[in-house]
Amino acid sequence: MSVTQILFWFLSVIALFGALMVVTAKNPVYSVLWLIATFFAISGHYILLNAQFLAVVNIIVYAGAIMVLFLFVIMLMNLSKESEPQKNRWLKIAGAVAGGCLLLVLIAALKDADLKQSEAMVNVGNIGLIKNLGKELFTTYVIPFEISSVLFLSAMVGAIVIGKKD
Amino acid sequence: MPINYYIFLSVALFAIGVVGVLTRRNAIIVFMCIELMLNAVNLLLVAFSKMHHLKAAALNTATNAGSDGQLFVFFIMVVAAAEVSVGLAIIVMMYRNIHSVDINFLNRLKH
Repeated sequence: MSVTQILFWFLSVIALFGALMVVTAKNPVYSVLWLIATFFAISGHYILLNAQFLAVVNIIVYAGAIMVLFLFVIMLMNLSKESEPQKNRWLKIAGAVAGGCLLLVLIAALKDADLKQSEAMVNVGNIGLIKNLGKELFTTYVIPFEISSVLFLSAMVGAIVIGKKD
Repeated sequence: MPINYYIFLSVALFAIGVVGVLTRRNAIIVFMCIELMLNAVNLLLVAFSKMHHLKAAALNTATNAGSDGQLFVFFIMVVAAAEVSVGLAIIVMMYRNIHSVDINFLNRLKH
């Protein structure tokens, strides 16, 4: 077992365990912290795939900005003290069974797919480096990039209008 | 690393997100599970882009095939950031009006 494989399994176990704890934790603050752990594990996967730009963006945008926003909202609402109202037991079981069925169907459908000789390139390849991605972003994808600035402007205006005390 | 492993890992993360959306009543946790599903898809996109690059690089060593997938991940992150800002504003407004983030109270369209 090579170092790459050991790292792959280690990061996968962290990601799956963190995701399970997000769903099962009672306290919303713990859910946020476990989700940050999951995002760091996914960033580790990106580094393993040599997608270094996305690894850094994932840490900065998701773990840095979005999760801090979640944490701020939870702290402002002061939710962590009172216990959350639970769905009744049968609805919970039905939700878990439905999600499990989705997992089962997807795995059963993809298990026999003809992917045996397909490998994802790990550790090597320079398409994930910022030089190549920046060149692509500002030549081929320059119009979507500019449109996303309009999207951000509208999101900012929308958040202010919704959040304003009327 | 075989692509199957990445597919199964992403499917498992996505299914955990679906279970979270279906079983929790706290709007913020439902929202976090949606972020988890987006990240599962991002991971699979990056793995597929590296798979595509490996196949294209066997034919032509100077290619940059596969960078489309990584740029799509970048745009998904952009859209997710915008979505989170508006969504959390809606949740804050909901908390201000009904003093709860229980999604079962959001059934006014039914009546």
